[in-house]
Amino acid sequence: MSQSETLFGFIGLGGLALVSLVTVAISHDHLMAIHGGMFFAAALLGTVALITYATRRKPISPESLEYNDEVTRAGILIALFWGIVGFAVGDWLAWQLTYPALNFDLPWTNFGRLRPVHTSAVIFGFGGNALIATSFYVVQRTSKARLAGTLAPWFVLLGFNLFCIIAATGYLLGITQSREYAEPEWYADIWLVVVWVTYFIVYMKTLARRAEPHIYVANWYYLAFIVVVAMLHIVNALAVPIALGATKSYGLFSGVQDAMTQWWYGHNAVGFFLTAGFLGMMYYFLPKSVDRPIYSYRLGIIGFWGITFMYLWVGSHHLHYTALPDWVQTLGMTFSIVLLVPSWSAMINGVMTLNGAWDKLRTDPSIRFLLAAVAFYGLSTFEGSFMAIKAVNSLSHYTDWTVGHVHGGALGWLGLITFGTIYTLVPWLWKRPGMYSSRMVAWHFWLGLAGVVIYLTSMWNSGITQALMWRTYDEAGYFDYSFIDSVVAMHPYYFARALGGLLYLLGALIGAYNVWRTIKSGMVETELPKAQPEPVR
Amino acid sequence: MSYDDLAYFAQTWGLIYLMVIFFAVVVYAFLPANKKRFDRAARQPLEKDDRPWR
Repeated sequence: MSQSETLFGFIGLGGLALVSLVTVAISHDHLMAIHGGMFFAAALLGTVALITYATRRKPISPESLEYNDEVTRAGILIALFWGIVGFAVGDWLAWQLTYPALNFDLPWTNFGRLRPVHTSAVIFGFGGNALIATSFYVVQRTSKARLAGTLAPWFVLLGFNLFCIIAATGYLLGITQSREYAEPEWYADIWLVVVWVTYFIVYMKTLARRAEPHIYVANWYYLAFIVVVAMLHIVNALAVPIALGATKSYGLFSGVQDAMTQWWYGHNAVGFFLTAGFLGMMYYFLPKSVDRPIYSYRLGIIGFWGITFMYLWVGSHHLHYTALPDWVQTLGMTFSIVLLVPSWSAMINGVMTLNGAWDKLRTDPSIRFLLAAVAFYGLSTFEGSFMAIKAVNSLSHYTDWTVGHVHGGALGWLGLITFGTIYTLVPWLWKRPGMYSSRMVAWHFWLGLAGVVIYLTSMWNSGITQALMWRTYDEAGYFDYSFIDSVVAMHPYYFARALGGLLYLLGALIGAYNVWRTIKSGMVETELPKAQPEPVR
Repeated sequence: MSYDDLAYFAQTWGLIYLMVIFFAVVVYAFLPANKKRFDRAARQPLEKDDRPWR
């Protein structure tokens, strides 16, 4: 670690401590005092960690040149932690919807406060940490260059997790700016910008010193994820706090512009957080784990630009039949349908890469995860394009079908691709010959798959039942069913959904235990010969 | 600039812009001169990667 980086770290932490103390002093409400105190505690912990790190760390000499994987290791474990939190809270909510008494009549545990804990823990905590961890791994390998900086990558990971903690505790306390998937208030948003810009700089500086002439396509996807999320987050978070010491803020937009901004953000969070980033993961870990090059590199490039340019226009399909101008709705619908082409090109590319290595599905359960994930990616993108058609949307919108669609993508695509990647990556990162138990990996796979399938089928059923009940009229034009009739009809489906979620959670717990045992086991991969000839450029 | 001007701009120039980008990408991907580079890139992750070069 360089002297200037250490100095920069101390100055940054000191600044953070100062700002958070001032915030506590001028806080308008006790909520801000709590969050200011948490930021202050984080600054103190960071200082202690930095001192320990700076005094213990051996300086890196050119002879001991090696990849920086410590942040990746930490990120994978943190992702598992958030994943289990997110799945557990999600399943609790599913049981609350089945048996409402399970909210225990407490303000902190009602559906409205716990739901963003679930979505943020899964999307940002689980997905975000997995993306940060794997992106640092992939960019180093495909660039044949060590990660830029020593402290900065740690700041990205830990700073991002501080954001996640501030977000989750804020929801429980009742702090929200009520923007879907962007619920944290203005001060947390500012913090995330600082973290995210650092992430971008670390990534770019690593790419800048690459020893490979061409930037491998997985990096393009990761970079699109980093750049576009920064853009979306900044625009969507534009808000004015009511006072500097207050948690509450008002957004810059109002009315239909506000709705459009929200869904421009919301759907691109799907496109660039949950798709582009995880496609980066797929484009590296799928070829690597089956030891075959990607089926078509060119298709990867065309698919990349297709996804990047088309996703940006589809957000308006969340606002069909609203005050949004008709042509903007049609634009969103059209682009959503065209988007199927690049989406399926990525799916085909993934599946065809496995062609010729199908036997590995039998012998290596982690590859089952990767294949099933790609299949769910194909399914969800097809379903999404279909649901964006106005006529279909008039049936599906505001029903559980949407919830089912989102979970097909989240549990099926990003959950399975992440677990498949974790099972491939953990033995590499900790230098183990393989996972502690591949039977456990297989158990996780079947539990997870069964969980997703039960979840999806119950939500399809409940969604279409809701939709049809809500649009059934008698001859006189009166509704046949009251709203509560449809709520009662949902009960069995909600029970099944909660059961599916439970299976998925059980699978993840087995996975976490397996990862833990792999790391703790004494097994060490036999050392490879150390002497390497000078690489030919 | 009125709403109609903006809508007209988005509906015409937006289309042209996206088509141009699309053709540029296709040309870039299929240009014979790039074939060697892409073939090499596709194999790159499979290479031995236990140490960085720099």
